[in-house]
Amino acid sequence: MIPELGHFALIVALCIAGVQAVLPLIGAQRGDATWMALARPAAQGQLVFVVIAFACLAWSFVANDFSVLNVASNSNSLLPLRYRFAATWGSHEGSLLLWVLMLNLWMTAVSVFSRRLPSEMVARILSVMAMISIGFLLFLLFTSNPFERLLPAAADGRDLNPLLQDPGMVIHPPMLYMGYVGFSVAFAFAIAALIGGQLDATWARWSRPWTTMAWAFLTVGIAMGSGWAYYVLGWGGWWFWDPVENASFMPWLVGTALVHSLAVSEKRGGFKIWTVLLAIIAFSLSLLGTFLVRSGVLTSVHAFATDPKRGIFILAFLALVIGAALALFAWRAPKVGLGGAFALISRESALLVNNVLLFVAAAAVLLGTLYPLFLDALGLGKISVGPPYFESVFVPLMAPAVFLMGIAPFARWKQDQPLDLARRLKWALAVAIASALLLPFTLGLWTPLLALGILLAVWVAVAGVVNVRERVLQLRASTSVPVSTALRRLPRGYWGMLVAHFGVAVFIVGVTLVRGYEVEKDVRMGPGDTVAVGGYQFRLDGLKRIQGPNYDATRGVISVTRDERPVATLHPEKRFFTVQQMPMTEAAIDTGLTRDLYVSLGEPLQDGAWVVRVYYKPFVTWIWGGAFLMALGGIIAVTDRRYRLARRDAIAPTTNAPTAVAQVA
Amino acid sequence: MVLIAVSLLALGGAAGLILNAFQSNLVFFFSPSQVAAREAPQGRSFRIGGLVQPGSLQRQGDGVSVRFVVTDTAHDIPVVYAGILPDLFKEGKGVVAQGQLGSDGVFHANEVLAKHDANYMPPEAADAVEKAKRAAAMSQKTLIDPRNKP
Repeated sequence: MIPELGHFALIVALCIAGVQAVLPLIGAQRGDATWMALARPAAQGQLVFVVIAFACLAWSFVANDFSVLNVASNSNSLLPLRYRFAATWGSHEGSLLLWVLMLNLWMTAVSVFSRRLPSEMVARILSVMAMISIGFLLFLLFTSNPFERLLPAAADGRDLNPLLQDPGMVIHPPMLYMGYVGFSVAFAFAIAALIGGQLDATWARWSRPWTTMAWAFLTVGIAMGSGWAYYVLGWGGWWFWDPVENASFMPWLVGTALVHSLAVSEKRGGFKIWTVLLAIIAFSLSLLGTFLVRSGVLTSVHAFATDPKRGIFILAFLALVIGAALALFAWRAPKVGLGGAFALISRESALLVNNVLLFVAAAAVLLGTLYPLFLDALGLGKISVGPPYFESVFVPLMAPAVFLMGIAPFARWKQDQPLDLARRLKWALAVAIASALLLPFTLGLWTPLLALGILLAVWVAVAGVVNVRERVLQLRASTSVPVSTALRRLPRGYWGMLVAHFGVAVFIVGVTLVRGYEVEKDVRMGPGDTVAVGGYQFRLDGLKRIQGPNYDATRGVISVTRDERPVATLHPEKRFFTVQQMPMTEAAIDTGLTRDLYVSLGEPLQDGAWVVRVYYKPFVTWIWGGAFLMALGGIIAVTDRRYRLARRDAIAPTTNAPTAVAQVA
Repeated sequence: MVLIAVSLLALGGAAGLILNAFQSNLVFFFSPSQVAAREAPQGRSFRIGGLVQPGSLQRQGDGVSVRFVVTDTAHDIPVVYAGILPDLFKEGKGVVAQGQLGSDGVFHANEVLAKHDANYMPPEAADAVEKAKRAAAMSQKTLIDPRNKP
């Protein structure tokens, strides 16, 4: 009964989405206030039914209803409760339902936090989002019904893929999807603005917090996926340039470009056409990511089934969305005026170069990800494009972008003097160069790549500090307030930018140092054996067999000492999941601010010894710490007063388009 | 004008960089039959795939180095690898290895990939076996060709 209820709720949601997609849009064109006013309640009503559907599915998983095919294939009565709940989005069907749920959450958020937006704008935005919702609801109902029954019911389920039985899995997909789907808001804003012909600074200001928020979620989602790969896959790597990772990284790169180009659109009215195009591309890449991951084109832990109907449906939907959006763009964009002119040395130029570099980087990832698929699809042979390609492309592309990150916050809009900039930044540059030359020596090894990484990280961090000092001095020169007050008076948007940029510096430190100084050893260890890695002694004290809820495991006890002093005791496990008949490695990690000690069990050898993987990973946590700082910066920026003020200002009709209210009156 | 020229130059440079990196980092895939037919390059990294020959896995004295044979049921390629094999590496199951072919005909792998779950076979491996089987079936067919009958 419950599954049927969920199925029915999805159908109702589809009907509401149909109304929401059509009537408000027509209302906005005709200036019919009643039809436009339908958008908000429709969006909220749709959310109610999608939540009901999601709750029904979650209930089926939690209550072990094995008469539902989806539950029988992806859960088991022995699975712990939290993983049974997470299994709701552990399957293809469930993850799509999560996608739709996220879309509805964003849609309702827009309907609630848009009180100050002109009603035609809200109507168009919600209508565009409803069209996307229709596409995904149809996909769910026709090709991937999560509530499909299995009659007669299975006695027990086939269990969740052991790789997914991990706390990270509980949070990673929702975060990632919040980001992916969040770009639909930026997309809907852009499309609504194109339809209404209102591409102005106000539009950019409205669109900005939504885009930044989505970007922050996506950043956290990707970071969590990377952390999951680090400790679950048992190889100790944090990024593999796997097509599935690339699928989430491409929208991130374009989204980052979009966040920066929106800044120019808001402050200077420039880059508007480019911003709209980026918004369209960012969301298209999100859809492409969904297609790549969900269609079974790529075989990975994310691809659940290879049903060609599904792939074709998403591909058709993708073509429709991108095609329609670009056609609209081609038709309307030429009418958008250009922004203010700017000189070669100006903040606009810096942001333009940043955008070009990020965009080219995204294109490079796209090439490396899709080219092997095309070749394969055309039957021209199988190839793979590995990490060396991506690494050799990324370093030269990102190094200038990061270098500019230090300069851009100093540069004035419109025009600046290169000599003046150099004078203001000379100390930051001196500190960065000195650290790049000296720091690697103190760590024991100097290579050009290490020096470059440290140069860039220190440069961004110190330039940020110098920038704050300059801002405070400026404020105090005019108002002579104490330093603490001056710091507080700096806008949140500015702090957000600084924190996010500082996050990039932290991230670069992590990437550079782990790359340069990590020690990886695969060794044979019997009980009592000792191995030295990175100045630490690892001793295998013993092994014992233990019993988990749905697995058997061998657990190693490894004590770590440094200079005879105990540091940690690690318990790596080799688990064998009984239902799926699948072994899995559970690494044991001692995490520290400056290093991780990583131990995992390989295979048993004949004489009771094991092959053991022992890693010393300096500063590896800084990689995720940096990513979280970037996201935090985004969140701080969203709380800027300016966005709330902007809504209040918008009460007065600021646009030159005829307002609907006027026509109705 | 300067700005446009500079950005065009930068774009061109970036495109050149990318395509060059792309060209030199493509990793091609060869089946054991293709390797046996000497189609695979010497001195360049490539991937092979197929099934791990049952009973072929041997561990060397240090416990970390392994030898095994990858087969597409028609031809076999011996592989050596130093490191921990993935969890789902099993004799008789699909595998993909990346590395270089030595002059002794032994494939020196620096990466061994299995799969993410028990039901899945690496597509390259499945493809290689499929092709070899088809080739075998073809030769079978020619044997029982009616024209060959006495």
